[in-house]
Amino acid sequence: MGRKLLLEHINVPGINTFDVYRQQGGYRAVEKALKTLSPEAIVEEVKKSGLRGRGGAGFPTGMKWSFLAKPEGKARYLVCNADESEPGTFKDRYLMTYIPHLLIEGMIVSSFALGAAVSYIYVRGEMMPQIRILERAIAEAKNAGFLGKNILGSGYDLELYVQPGGGAYICGEETALIESLEGKRGNPRIKPPFPAISGLYGCPTVVNNVESIAAVVPIINDGGEEYAKVGIGRSTGTKLISAGGNLAKPGVYEIELGLPVEEFIYSEEYCGGIANGKRLKAVVAGGSSVPVLPANLILKTVNGEKRLMSYESLADGGFVSGSMMGSGGFIAFDEDQCMVRNTWNFSRFYHHESCGQCSPCREGTGWMEKVLHRIEYGHGKYSDIDLLVDVSRKIEGNTICPLGDAAAWPVASAIRHFRDEFEWHITHPAEAVKRNFGLAHYADPLPPVAEPA
Amino acid sequence: MLNINQSAEIIFTPELLTKFGEIVNRYPEGKQKSALLPILHLVQAEYGWTSVPAMDKVAVYLGLQPIEVYEVATFYTMYFLKPTGRYMLEVCRTGPCCLVGAEKIMQYLEQKLGVKEGEITPDGMFSWRGVECLAACGFGPVLQIGPEYTFHENLTESKIDELIDTLKLTTAKTPVDSIS
Repeated sequence: MGRKLLLEHINVPGINTFDVYRQQGGYRAVEKALKTLSPEAIVEEVKKSGLRGRGGAGFPTGMKWSFLAKPEGKARYLVCNADESEPGTFKDRYLMTYIPHLLIEGMIVSSFALGAAVSYIYVRGEMMPQIRILERAIAEAKNAGFLGKNILGSGYDLELYVQPGGGAYICGEETALIESLEGKRGNPRIKPPFPAISGLYGCPTVVNNVESIAAVVPIINDGGEEYAKVGIGRSTGTKLISAGGNLAKPGVYEIELGLPVEEFIYSEEYCGGIANGKRLKAVVAGGSSVPVLPANLILKTVNGEKRLMSYESLADGGFVSGSMMGSGGFIAFDEDQCMVRNTWNFSRFYHHESCGQCSPCREGTGWMEKVLHRIEYGHGKYSDIDLLVDVSRKIEGNTICPLGDAAAWPVASAIRHFRDEFEWHITHPAEAVKRNFGLAHYADPLPPVAEPA
Repeated sequence: MLNINQSAEIIFTPELLTKFGEIVNRYPEGKQKSALLPILHLVQAEYGWTSVPAMDKVAVYLGLQPIEVYEVATFYTMYFLKPTGRYMLEVCRTGPCCLVGAEKIMQYLEQKLGVKEGEITPDGMFSWRGVECLAACGFGPVLQIGPEYTFHENLTESKIDELIDTLKLTTAKTPVDSIS
């Protein structure tokens, strides 16, 4: 059993209420922080913990905090990014639904550390039930004196509000989120200035993912050094993995970073293998934006080492033979899935979600979607494959925000690893609309079945 | 496309205005534009969609130009720019849900309701559409129904039958207490 730092008490009945959460040791981090620690000391603990942003980028949270400008007479803001929209990712919804007070507790400690008097949790608009849950949790915490004026007699005041989004993937990008919170279209801003200097209402702002903020609670309770002991190398602590697709037991799992991918997929403690006794064809390890890998490359790196669930190991091999940890949206594809169809589906998603600000992304995502559509439906040409690679290269790195890269990578990686499946769609158009290419040589290396004597 | 030549008499109820006021109070002085997204959600919950006359009233209320409201309402996917059925069934159509059969669910819904994506059933009860990832990939296929955005997970054809039968019996409008 791996250690659980966030979901330790998830099965306690009523853990979503303040009283039960408190009985299980909840809000100890707020007491410790406000009564015994200075804001600087909290930032120091988070730095020591090695916590890396859990939203996808993996940027060290403590370092992000230390960049926050502190000009005299200007408000500072903490905004929690709960605009979870990355296909494959549903951990934040889970955390907010079942243990909302963990987020509220993390928000109080983090706001205190950053010197914010007002903080916002920006939740995607579709999560109306979670918005209700958070509002109730905030009211309970306020009632118990953990929010509002002079919290626990420390002289620290904090108001916490929940802001609904309007349904736009792009608002998960921090500057787009800030624009949206200001009541505008979610068009990402050009950086610099970074939000740490000029964010919400032109004030210094920190934007952190739900899980990052929740992780501050165990860091303060046990100390940054203790937290850093969990995990492997520079991937410290635990991570919530959203396991979806063709898995026997999809769901949200908290893992210690460094768990072998093979164990995660096949062990009974986690996903329990592939659904319906099928075989694994491919995996997207960190949300739809990260490169897709065929089964043989997700279980082992090209050097034959076991691939681990950690920032470094998943990225081993770069984009040639590796992928990324991303947001931890783990999507498994079984032998019946068509990689062309799925790539087209993801392209449609990015085309739909492009804000339209930068031409390479606005035009390129739509172009890729069209080309992939015609390959999938039996009208593709050989030149289309190179065209897709060309378009994806011209989007990548040429846009204000990473949505362009996120749209380019799945296409480029699908062609890199599954090129023969794309070619088969073009050479066998009539067959391709009727059946799938199958497992081919992408399979997970299972031991050969002995021939009956 | 937004047709801005719509006219209708829109009067916000005192209850609605109280909720608007509570929302505006969450932001610093002079930053009431931040209330725009939450207020449009409230308007949609009240009227079923965000019509141009309603948006114009919101603009007056928040001291904005109408265009500032239109550009927001047209950017985000949750605001309906034309009337829908009383229940808008929004099915996730993104990758992970498709791996577990979302496309078949959409086909079934189309056949069951007898209307195409975005259209309204003749009795005015239902509309449906495909939407992008709803962040519930482990429980797919999923659909959601506004204005409270209740979730229906691990959908099968029989679950759809059951859901539609239940909704048909629910004549009262879904209560909306406080959409933040």
